[in-house]
Amino acid sequence: MEIVKFFAGLLILIGAFLSLVTAFGLIRLPDVYTRNHAASKSATLGVMLVLLGTFFYFWLIKHHFNSRLLLGIGFIFLTSPVAGHLISRAAYNSGVKLSDRTVQDDLAKARIKQKTEESR
Amino acid sequence: MAFQILLNFILAFVWMFLKTSYSPASFFVGYFFGLLIIYIFRRFFTSRFYLLRVVALVNLFFIFIRELILSNIEVLKAVLSPKLNIKPGIFAFPTELKQDWEITVLANLITLTPGTLVVDISDDNKILYVHAMDIRDADESILSIKNTFEKAIMEVSR
Repeated sequence: MEIVKFFAGLLILIGAFLSLVTAFGLIRLPDVYTRNHAASKSATLGVMLVLLGTFFYFWLIKHHFNSRLLLGIGFIFLTSPVAGHLISRAAYNSGVKLSDRTVQDDLAKARIKQKTEESR
Repeated sequence: MAFQILLNFILAFVWMFLKTSYSPASFFVGYFFGLLIIYIFRRFFTSRFYLLRVVALVNLFFIFIRELILSNIEVLKAVLSPKLNIKPGIFAFPTELKQDWEITVLANLITLTPGTLVVDISDDNKILYVHAMDIRDADESILSIKNTFEKAIMEVSR
């Protein structure tokens, strides 16, 4: 019992820590795209771990199998990559600049190539 | 695959009617025997035995969990290091996958693992443009995605 409690608490704490790091990332990182990394993904694992910890606690201590928590994890996995992709795609298409640190941009090259082919 | 699963269900129900017991336990016993019959007759189906595909799917899931945790640690290091020492950039990832759902799954998996994010897809569905938070070596990241996700997805759809 104590081990299960400890384990569930550990999962929830790690999840909370990951969410904290996400908040740090949002403040520290230089541009929309890198901030999107922090916001849409560390948060995924963070929320997932918090939900898992809660699920295990109620399942093994209180003997209450809550399937909604598992559904929540499933829907986070479905929605969060779509949101992340659409935000960064919208940002790129509306011309938000990449930060000065950026070392490579193959998409810009491809777009320029496409334009020159169309104008020909 | 759908046909084999349907057949398996029918066999399970046939087993339930033969035993005249309608409990979930007898359903699972029937499902197991149906699986055995389909395995024996696997050469007579047009597609391969569907349990192999289920195994490949589970395998893909575990690869995904491993990558998720590993790359989360990478991002953690990058964000928490005192000097922000990252080199973000967009690299082109040529994919060999053909069907729409395969590309969708690949793009979703790439986006879900921290550190990489699909920004756009070329019109002919051949090149994914991936924004990476830290490109030390674009070729290396392309290779690692190819070896993990793309291979596992191909294994499922084969």
